[in-house]
Order: sequence, then C-alpha cells, then structure tokens
Amino acid sequence: MRRTPYLRWAAPLLALALAATGCGGGAGTTQGVVSASWGDPPNPLEPANTNDVQGGKVLDMIFRGLKRYDPRTGAAQDMLAERIETTDSTTFAITVKDGWTFSNGEKVTARSFVDAWNYGADVRNNQRNAYFFGYIQGYADVHPDTGEPKATTLSGLKITGERTFSVTLSQKFSTWPDTLGYAAFAPLPRAFFDDHAAWLEKPVGNGPYTVHSYARGSAMSLRTRDDYPGPDKARNSGVDLIVYTDNNTAYTSLLSGNLDLVDDVPAAQLKNVRKDLDGRYINTPAGIIQTLAFPYYDPAWNTPGGAKLRTGISRAIDREQITRTIFRSTRTPAKDWTSPVLGTDGGFSPTLCGDACVYDPAAARRLVDEGGGIPGGRMTISYNADTGSHKEWVDAVCNSVNNALGRDSACVGNPVGTFADFRNQITQSRMDGPFRAGWQMDYPLIQNFLQPLYYTNASSNDGKWSDPGFDRLVDRANAESDQPTAVRLFQQAEEVVRDQMAAIPLWYQNGSAGYSARVGNVALNPFSVPVYNEITVG
Amino acid sequence: MGRYVIRRLLQMIPVFFGATLLIFLMVNVMGDPIQGLCGQRQCDPATAARLRQEFGLDKPVWQQYLTYMGNVFTGDFGTAFNGQPVTELMADAFPVTLRLTLVAIFFEIVIGITLGVLTGLRRGRPVDTSVLLLTLVVISVPTFVTGLLLQFLLGVEWGIIKPAVSPAATLDELIVPGLVLASVSLAYVTRLTRTAIAENARADYVRTARAKGLPRRRIVTRHLLRNSLIPVVTFIGADIGALMGGAIVTERIFNIHGVGYQLYQGIVRQNTQTVVGFVTILVLIFLIANLLVDLLYAVLDPRIRYA
Repeated sequence: MRRTPYLRWAAPLLALALAATGCGGGAGTTQGVVSASWGDPPNPLEPANTNDVQGGKVLDMIFRGLKRYDPRTGAAQDMLAERIETTDSTTFAITVKDGWTFSNGEKVTARSFVDAWNYGADVRNNQRNAYFFGYIQGYADVHPDTGEPKATTLSGLKITGERTFSVTLSQKFSTWPDTLGYAAFAPLPRAFFDDHAAWLEKPVGNGPYTVHSYARGSAMSLRTRDDYPGPDKARNSGVDLIVYTDNNTAYTSLLSGNLDLVDDVPAAQLKNVRKDLDGRYINTPAGIIQTLAFPYYDPAWNTPGGAKLRTGISRAIDREQITRTIFRSTRTPAKDWTSPVLGTDGGFSPTLCGDACVYDPAAARRLVDEGGGIPGGRMTISYNADTGSHKEWVDAVCNSVNNALGRDSACVGNPVGTFADFRNQITQSRMDGPFRAGWQMDYPLIQNFLQPLYYTNASSNDGKWSDPGFDRLVDRANAESDQPTAVRLFQQAEEVVRDQMAAIPLWYQNGSAGYSARVGNVALNPFSVPVYNEITVG
Repeated sequence: MGRYVIRRLLQMIPVFFGATLLIFLMVNVMGDPIQGLCGQRQCDPATAARLRQEFGLDKPVWQQYLTYMGNVFTGDFGTAFNGQPVTELMADAFPVTLRLTLVAIFFEIVIGITLGVLTGLRRGRPVDTSVLLLTLVVISVPTFVTGLLLQFLLGVEWGIIKPAVSPAATLDELIVPGLVLASVSLAYVTRLTRTAIAENARADYVRTARAKGLPRRRIVTRHLLRNSLIPVVTFIGADIGALMGGAIVTERIFNIHGVGYQLYQGIVRQNTQTVVGFVTILVLIFLIANLLVDLLYAVLDPRIRYA
C-alpha cells in the first residue's frame, strides 16, 4: 500500500486556515455606534471645497451653519443665527447665537464666519465652492476670472461686534439668508487657519459629532459630542463611516449584519430589497431632477422651430413606464423643472409642464415634424458610463423615442468613458445632440433649480440656453422681498423654460436606504443624506 | 552571477522609462480631469486655472513627464486630487495588497503543488481524474463569479466570514479573498506540477535513486520535486506581479482598499499622478520578481549557471 504523507500536513493547514477565517466573522459593531456605508470624497474635506454627497455627509455631522434645512420639510430654519435682518434685500445684519463652541472649546463668533467666508472666496485657496460667495460685494476683487486678486477679504463682510456682522450683496437677493444652510457657509475655528494640514487630517467643527479618527480613503469614526450646545444632539453614541468601492458589497454586508446603514441600494437589488430587509427600506423624494439638455451653441439645435421639436421629443418619452420598470419607482415622472421637496408653497407645481411632459406618440410625431424634424434625422444622447448606471435609462429613452417616431435609428445612446471627460466635452461646448443633465439642489429654493441652470451664462447652464425674458423674470424675483410673490415670479420664469422646452424634464430622483434591525428612526433628508443624528441604536 | 544580476538590473532602466512614459501618455489621452472635480457644474475659470497649475496640468505633456520623473527620483510621487500625497496612498495600499498576494501565493504553493504531486504520482487514478476535472471547472469559471458566490455563501448564508474586509485588512480576513484571487493560478500550478512530476517520475535519475534504496519520501522531495519545480517557479514568479496589479476584481468584491482600489479610483478620476505612481511601482515589482525567478533556476537546477 502506498502512503500519502503529504496530505497529512496539508489537511491540518487547511483546517487551521478555515478556523482562522471563522475568527474573522461575527459582529463588527461597537455599542451604540451606527456603522454606515460611505464613498471616498474626491476633494479635500473642507466646507468650501466639498461639492459631493459623500463629503457632504461628514460636513452635515460636524458642522452647523447659521441656518439648517429641516430634515423632513427642507425649510431653512435658524440654527446659529439669532437674527438676520434686512431692509433693502442687499445689506443683511446677522447676529450669531451665544453659547456655541467648536469641539475644541473655541467660541463660535462673528469672526469664525467672516474668516471662513473670506477663505472660501479667495481664489488663492482653490476652493471648489468659491462661487457661493459670488453674491457678496467685493467677490471680483478676491476671485477675479484672470490675474492676481486685488484684495484678501470680501469688502461686503464687516464684523460689527463679537457676535454680529453685516453682509452687503452686490445685487438684490431677498431669499439669500435661506441659502446659508449650505455647507460652504459653515464657520471655521482658528485651528483651521493656524495648522491647516493638521485640521485636514482630523477636521474640527461645531456640529453634534466630532471626528474620532480618520483613515483617508477607507474609514472615518465620528463620536457624539457631549458638550454639543445645539437642539439636535445625536441620539446615538457615534457613527462609523466605512468606504465601500462597490455598493453591492455594502448591500451584502448589510444583509449579513456587518453594516447598519446603506444609503445607495444597488439598482439590481431593488426588486428584492423589501423582502431581503424585511421592510427596513426607505424611498423618499430628494431634491434631484434629471433632465436632457440641448446644445444651443450648435446651429442645428438652435432653430426657430426648435421649441416644437424639443417638446415633440419630450412627448415621445414614456416616463411612467421607464420609471416603473427600470427604476422600480425610485424615480417619479417629472411634472415641472423643480422638485417635490420644495412643496407647492416653495414653488413646486405638479401641473406646470402639463401636456408637454405627457407621453403621446401621435402628438410627438406631429410636433417633431412641425419643428423641422430631428437634425440630420438622427440624434445621440450622451452620458457618462462610469457611474450611476445611466446606460439603462438612456437606452430606454431612445427606444421610447424611436417607437413613438416609428424610426429605429432616430435616437441612440452615446456613452462617454469617464465623468471628467463627459464634463469636459460639455464645458468645451462639444456636444452635438441632447445630453444627460442631472441637478441636485444646493439649498431648497426654487431659485436654485432655475437660475444656475437656465440663466444666461450661469455656472451650470450646460446647453448655453439664453432667453432675455427668463433672465428679466429671475432678476425681478430675486429683488422681490415678498416670498410668495418671488415664488410666483420664478414660476413665470419656469413657464418660459417650458414654452421653449429649454431642457426636457425626465424624472425626480428619490433617495433610498436600507438599514439593519439594530438601528431605528432612519430617515433621509431632502439632499438624500441620512439624518445620522436622529438614528437610534438597539 | 554578479555580472549577470548587474546586466539584468541595467536592462530594467529602459523598461522602467518606457513603461512610465506609456502610462503617462495613456492617462493624458483621456483628457483634462479638472472638470470632473466640480460636479455637475462648470468650474469657475479662475479656480480651474489654479487647480491646473497646482497639478502641473497647464504645461505641455513632455514637460509634465520630465517634471514628474524628476520628482519621482526625489521620492515625490505627486498629490492626488483629494490633497493626499501619492506616497501616502501607496503606504496605505501596498501593504494590504502585499498581504493579499502573499495569502494567494501561499495557497498556490501549498494546495497547488500538493495536489500536483499527488495527482502526478497517481496518474489515471480516480484522485487524478477528479482533481483534473476540478481544476478545469475552476479555470473556466471567472474570478468574480467564484468571489461573489463564496462571499454570498460564506458571508451571508452561513455567516462564517464578513462579506467585506475591514480597513485594517488583517491576514485572517484575507484568507477567503486570497483563495478567490489564487483560484485560477492554483489550478494552473496543479496542472503544471502534475505534468512535470509525471514526466520526471520516469527519468533515469529517479530510477537510480530508487535502485539505491532511498526512502520514497526522499526521492520525491529531494529528487523528483526539485527538478519538476522549474516551470512552476517561473509561473508563480510571473504571477506575483499579475496578482498585485490584477487584484482589482477581487479587491472590489471584498472591499479591500489595496492597489486595485487605488488604481481604479485613479483611472475613474483621471488622476495621472496616482495611476502612473502605482503602475511604476508595479512595473518594478514585476521586473524584480522576474529576476528572482531567473536566479532561482540556478538554485533548483545546478546545471544552470549565469555568467
């Protein structure tokens, strides 16, 4: 008989290996701490430098600004602001509440705000969100389009006392105080300026959480601040944010009980998510609208009959069917150019688009023909293929258009490899057909859904659309101090967008999240960011 | 021997420059990355210009390359867009991937060679046939299928492991990902060893050893295995480089923040400095692994000499 001595030592080794793996299993969660999925923020984590949801999550936990958007209604409410007063919609006198401190003990004063805003606006600091300070007087001096800045501080900001300062805008903007809930307007402690590198390693803010440890690119531990002076103290003892490269892995971790909260449920899992998670799944409207923009710099798309053509394309898209089948109702067909999170008082209107957003193949064919037909008989819809599974819906939209117009090749998708390249082609005006345009609001105001997107030469007016009538109405609305009148004027401007079909509204996006049985009271705010401080554990 | 090593090291220099230049040009072809940093809106021109200047993107490509290479030789691999030095990213990522690769190589050597010897000595027996069939299955199933399946079964259904590896990525957490990463190569190692063993088992020196009355164990380990390992060592050596750079799929499935993750993120964000830096190191690892393999030949087979 032959002996096989080799297996003798191989077998125990394997057994050892498997035993060691067994040790790796089990609960990886700390008492009272929520573990949540996260993505690596692409930009440095500073208030005026963060323009993405992932970085926004952290800023929302470690900072509180003058205003805060109510997590449920989105309404701007005073947080650190005691009073913001104005008589002319141009100069605002701001009083900061007493008793607020940063987590390192430093008091939050008027200077904390003024220094932070001056830093954010200064072109030398390379802050991606600098344009948020563009309404403040003197912005052009600290942030000129070309050349070196002439000043280091905004002339419109003046400290008038320990807790008071005044802001002068370069134009009338009655709802400006409501924009102050955006993270870019957060106050900064002296530590930020004194030792910037150390601050970036471990940010210090004035919010309900402090950064306990931060391993860039992989995880951040936040712990509840015991001395937090605000009314929205965290109801858990901390949050561990863990970077997941793939949302499928995060979802699998949630299913196996190793993660408490996933705020990006993979599209492929949507049909099972309710069963998998036993109902621990939320799907709530967020301030995000997806549209198709057009290249108005291309003469073929800027014709006298263009409005009819675009309305025709809009009516050829079966939004109901696409949102139901592809997005499993995590998106809802758009009925205007804003978002339901604004509420009807805030300017949302479920009737504004009307027939122009209703699927009707016969009307679509007629309108496209009257509008001179699709330029060249064929159009492409461009999108970035690297994130967000855009291919599925672009193909579906094209299918819908092709079916409605009765031509197989009227519309095809045009994938662009990376988001950066896609944005490059857009900003260099190299699009030759409609392209994907998504908009996530910065603050819940109808102004934010219209002015940055459709005002002449606005920062996100990707199609370079321009209409003097629209611009005039927006200017008038901004100068109007009566809120309801301002909203009505913005809606009139929106009607111009509709009549010209400046961009085709597709659908409103919902935020979705799944959570473990360990945690409760999970909700998403209108920015589709989980309201971490209200989550309960156990 | 020493001359040979020096010659090989000198040969690495043009390969190193060629590879980095190619990668540099390829990432550059993808276009200007700055717009991707500003989200769904146009970067304001002043900030975009300053960012371009900060990352050296305002200069012509050849100048960018020269500056970059100059900096590399002083140990400065540039900065990622999130403000982190690339060397810091490397310090985070390479140890993790190295651990993962070591686990994978360990499995390749232990399981692969054991199975290979076992089957090679028992050609045509049921053990041989079933192992051969098994390796065929492993080779034909893509890694991400094996990975996702094991993750679901062991992680979710049976709860033996955590489906995602923690940021610390300790050795015990890396056993299953390492096994997945090793699976295909493991099957190849098994087959290579099997063939070599089967062939050499009939060689004259084995017969001589047997005639001398050496114990069977000694014949197999000292004579048979040593001579049969040359092709296997070549394969494993080349595999070290492939495993380190090619772990993108496995790292993604198990959420391991290693080299594959950094490379993926660098490519998606079009961050030249990250991609070129990581690939440069990978190229070096590949070259050195190959050199070591060639030197090992001489150790395994005294007939091979380098001059």
